[in-house]
Amino acid sequence: MRRSRTVALTAAAAAAVLVVTGCTSGSKSSGSSSASGSAGGAGADAATKGIVNASDKKGGTVTYEMKGAPDSFDPGNTYYAYIYNFSRLYGRPLTTFAPGPGADGNKLVPDLAESLGKPSADGLTWTYKLRAGLKYDDGTPISSKDVKYAVERSNFAPDVNSNGPTYFHDLLVDNATPYQGPYKDKEGGLNSIETPDDQTVVFHLKQPFADFDYLVSAPQTAPVPQAKDDGSGYVKHVVSSGSYKFQSYEDGKQLTLVPNTNWDPATDPIRKQLADKIVVRMGMEQSTIDKDLIAGNAQVDLVGGGVDPQTQAQILQNQKLKASTDNAYGGRLVYTAINTKVAPFDNIECRKAVQYAIDKVSVQTTLGGPIRGQVASTVLPPDIPGHQDFNTWETKDNKGDIDKAKEALKACGKPDGFSTVITARTERDPEVQAATAIQAQLKKIGINVEIQKYAQGKYFSDAAGVPQFTQDHNIGLMMMQWGADWPTGYGFLQQIADGRAIKASGNSNLAQLNDPEVNKLLDDAIANTDKSAREKIYGQIDKKIMDQAVYVPLTDFKVFLYRPDSATNLVSTSAFSGEYDYLNIGTTK
Amino acid sequence: MFAYIIRRIFAAVVLLLVVSAVTFAIFFLLPRIAGETADQLATQYVGKNPSPEAVAAVKQNLGLDQPLYTQYWNFLKGLVSGAEYKFGPDAATCHVPCFGYSFKNHLEVWPELTKRIPITLSLAIGAAVLWLVSGVTTGVVSALKPRSIFDRLAMGVALAGVSLPVFFTGALLLTVFSYEWPILDNLQYVDFTEDPLMWARNLILPWISLAFLYSALYARLTRAGMLETMSEDYIRTARAKGLVERKVVARHGLRAALTPIVTIFGMDLGLLLGGALITEQVFSLQGVGAFAVQAIADNDLPKILGVTLLAAFFIVVCNLVVDLLYALVDPRVRLS
Amino acid sequence: MTDLQKTPADAVPAPAGDPYLSVRDLRIHFDTDDGLVRSVDGVSFDLHKGRTLGIVGESGSGKSVTSLGIMGLHRSKRARITGEIWLGGEELIAAGPERVRQLRGRELAMIFQDPLTAMHPYYTVGAQIVEAYRVHHPQASRKQARTRAIEMLDRVGIPQPDRRVDDYPHQFSGGMRQRAMIAMALVNDPSLLIADEPTTALDVTVQAQILDLIRDLQEEFGSAVVIITHDLGVVAELADDVLVMYGGKCVERGPAETLFDAPEHPYTWGLLGSMPRLDRELQDRLVPVRGTPPSLINVPSGCAFHPRCPYAALTGGRSTSELPVLAEAAPGHLAACHLPADERHRIFAEEIAPRL
Repeated sequence: MRRSRTVALTAAAAAAVLVVTGCTSGSKSSGSSSASGSAGGAGADAATKGIVNASDKKGGTVTYEMKGAPDSFDPGNTYYAYIYNFSRLYGRPLTTFAPGPGADGNKLVPDLAESLGKPSADGLTWTYKLRAGLKYDDGTPISSKDVKYAVERSNFAPDVNSNGPTYFHDLLVDNATPYQGPYKDKEGGLNSIETPDDQTVVFHLKQPFADFDYLVSAPQTAPVPQAKDDGSGYVKHVVSSGSYKFQSYEDGKQLTLVPNTNWDPATDPIRKQLADKIVVRMGMEQSTIDKDLIAGNAQVDLVGGGVDPQTQAQILQNQKLKASTDNAYGGRLVYTAINTKVAPFDNIECRKAVQYAIDKVSVQTTLGGPIRGQVASTVLPPDIPGHQDFNTWETKDNKGDIDKAKEALKACGKPDGFSTVITARTERDPEVQAATAIQAQLKKIGINVEIQKYAQGKYFSDAAGVPQFTQDHNIGLMMMQWGADWPTGYGFLQQIADGRAIKASGNSNLAQLNDPEVNKLLDDAIANTDKSAREKIYGQIDKKIMDQAVYVPLTDFKVFLYRPDSATNLVSTSAFSGEYDYLNIGTTK
Repeated sequence: MFAYIIRRIFAAVVLLLVVSAVTFAIFFLLPRIAGETADQLATQYVGKNPSPEAVAAVKQNLGLDQPLYTQYWNFLKGLVSGAEYKFGPDAATCHVPCFGYSFKNHLEVWPELTKRIPITLSLAIGAAVLWLVSGVTTGVVSALKPRSIFDRLAMGVALAGVSLPVFFTGALLLTVFSYEWPILDNLQYVDFTEDPLMWARNLILPWISLAFLYSALYARLTRAGMLETMSEDYIRTARAKGLVERKVVARHGLRAALTPIVTIFGMDLGLLLGGALITEQVFSLQGVGAFAVQAIADNDLPKILGVTLLAAFFIVVCNLVVDLLYALVDPRVRLS
Repeated sequence: MTDLQKTPADAVPAPAGDPYLSVRDLRIHFDTDDGLVRSVDGVSFDLHKGRTLGIVGESGSGKSVTSLGIMGLHRSKRARITGEIWLGGEELIAAGPERVRQLRGRELAMIFQDPLTAMHPYYTVGAQIVEAYRVHHPQASRKQARTRAIEMLDRVGIPQPDRRVDDYPHQFSGGMRQRAMIAMALVNDPSLLIADEPTTALDVTVQAQILDLIRDLQEEFGSAVVIITHDLGVVAELADDVLVMYGGKCVERGPAETLFDAPEHPYTWGLLGSMPRLDRELQDRLVPVRGTPPSLINVPSGCAFHPRCPYAALTGGRSTSELPVLAEAAPGHLAACHLPADERHRIFAEEIAPRL
């Protein structure tokens, strides 16, 4: 689950604001309809509909500011969406997302490769051909062997590059004796990645995987010359294949990028190289970042988690400021998982009772109101391809239906209710508040819910993510947020819906849903090379999951971004959690 | 006097050792007592997607599977002779003094920490000069004219200064002078050696907000000390000698009144050098305090340990300096 | 001025001519939150060079305030000072503070009660004496001033003065400190030396040495000395004239001999009664003055001493209503008491004297 760490914080903050401003301020700004009639700027939510301030003006310094520091700027050692987004400035993956508004941003295009991958008929082999004339910032040519090396170092050396996900490790065929990674095994390599020539890279998969083009959009395929890789030290002097290169790097303080003179625009249809300099300032206060954005001192909040609650309140009261904001979907669902392995939730009727009893509007309020998320009725968020609108357990205005809930309870054989436990993450205040709201709502139909809080660092490793633990502690309900590592139905659904993805620890399929039909549909989809056919199946899976009533979708998470006038080419993209696409941001300053 | 200095330095070293042992125990022993296994501890150092191999490597490198006293001994050894960690293409060397190695971003703690010191030093020293000058002056003037309008006004402001938290004054100053009227906009730390003028310009607001709190405190302290001193018998003696009042205040009153201030000043400066957490946060200064905050947010134990020890070091050293200064100022301390 | 009773100690008659120090109707009042404190309320006396005046009284009787008033050390806004202080023909109360400062330490010097607190703990004894010297001898070099300091330390009987000059006050014993204090006071050859309880903080053997020293120095320098004490023994030792203060007023004044031998005021009787005397046979017990000193804010009406006076009833009520004035009871001997002189003499002779 590739996500920004500030999501939890901003959500917490948003809830705090809500207390101050009430729901009205939230509803004022909700929806895209309010964009009209605003003074100045391109209007509210303009960057979710098109590229704002489109410009080819060169020069100036683009300043990024961020709270804290990322896990790493090393493309092979990161799991944050904003670094996936940002690292493309200095590391070109085989494929990437074209800058585009909203769901248009989910469109995959070839980047280092000259076209998208060519799968074999059995779907087990994927071949990519690199563009001609690619060079690193030092002028040396980029070889397909460097792509192979990049995948090896990022997936097979967990003691050095531990931050990123290991999809390639799990999906690619391993050597006869398990491959130890390029640092321990300096001579050999992973046999299932072939480089017949310097332009071609071939991946051999254990099983068909139709989303492979999405997988290679990760920065883990950005080429790394082995000679320049000193493992953990590589982050200080990343060798660039993109439009910008490292000038200086101070851990936790500042990163400075300058144009890469060896980058050839002829090889790159999507990058523009506008700014003379790109500066990332780390460790800033969120409120300072917001002020700098408004004052024009900075162009981008790198984390892209949205403004501080104070700033949000200030912006919502000022039409002029509001016209320079984007309230975008973050490709993320907030939901309550119902544990099918804990009685009486093994009975679908009891799950239905919960589906009907929950007043999603009041839960939405605890989560920060409409500005921080729309009420959801499906598992797939609206910005994920394949999303279909439906509402299986509909109640009037989404406010819950006690009668229907009680009926379901009766059908379940528990007319007088029962007791269960709901978990939430201690640090996430809105999550705890949502759990409290749900507790109160279920009380009305006789279900007594005890709230148990766990530290977010241990939520999946020790508590909600450990099926045995949930059984032992009568945990029937679990608060959860989920975003996909890549914006497809499979990327979103597989980990939370596939019965075979249930793990003894670190489990994400909290409901422990193991429906053979769902499993099979997932397999069918990922083996199907036809994109539209796949997307159709994702809609079917979503319906099936909802039919099982195992997840109660609460809200589709949204971010609230300020869009500085001084920044050009701003477009909020679904591919990166609603962040602006960082490829071509320039400045008018 | 010489023996006194040696004795004090020796005591300071012992104190630092004790602090290091206690800190070490807090961070490495307490989780064990709370029931965490070496594996779970090691997991904290591995990114968001821990694989068993990564955990095992960290466990071995950190020596988490060894008994605690061995770990502590290795830590001390690292301080004196450096340490080696094996992973990646080459073994990573942690140079002397090895304050640990961060497995989160694969960096030695000490050089990362020392990079932050100039920032915190600039912040602390500048603010200290400001608050000493303004606080002591205000305090003395107030004490010499007690109940005067100046005194009442100054003590009123001082009360506000003591009550208002730094994050409030800091945020207020920032909003007013950096954004509303951008006289001092776009503040970011510039090294003194690079551009002294920009260095000062960009630090003025942090200095003021930090100094406001402290000068308020010092004004009140100085006033109280001065009032007490000025009623001492030896002040009467000084006047009886026919000294002009200015000399009575400066030579006889101030010197005695400032002695306790020196002590507190040493403590305050020591504490600040360990990181002015809030001020650094408010003004986004990447000092020792910000380092500590980030280390805690990341749960990066070697970093936390390093910054804790650095803070302890500053406090112990400042205390030592204060004690020596005290002996210099007050002859009675020297001989007893 | 005629001395009726000649004793060896009083061989030197009070010199004729203008006194060096003349205090006229000195009043020092302080404004406080509780009210007006009348610390000194109309005190007058004269002092010639070479003579010693002892001011006696309990704590809070105003004797120390009087001395500080003469030194000009009550210049805060809250002090109201009226009257006249003539020093060598110059009036001090009307003089500017700067003028008084110039005189302070040069013409007027003072020795304080507790030499430990009265000396600055952070400076060497030498440095403090040097400072006192150089205030009034700005042309003197450091070295000259230091030589002068060593000379003074030597004069007041400090052994190895050239070494002790660099010691800090806390390195001196109590008696040594008081000697150093005296050295500091006398470094500028002042014409008037005020000693405020100079021996109170010292142990008995040292007390005698210090008193001897003061007497010797006075003879040597010929200065006028005011000695303030609650200890009549000290007065008996040093003073030529005695002034007894009670409640901020002078209640009796006269030459030391007459005052000791024929005290006129009941309060003086009380003081004498509470004084241990080695030259008499041991009494059963000392008789302290009963009661407590009066509040200086609400001074008792009439005679301030009346609430404590065993003979107040004998004044026919005058003691509570009428302020007694100083009247000459004997030549040069004044007392402020409503008791008729005969009555006083009778009571003293019959009731008091036998017990002394």
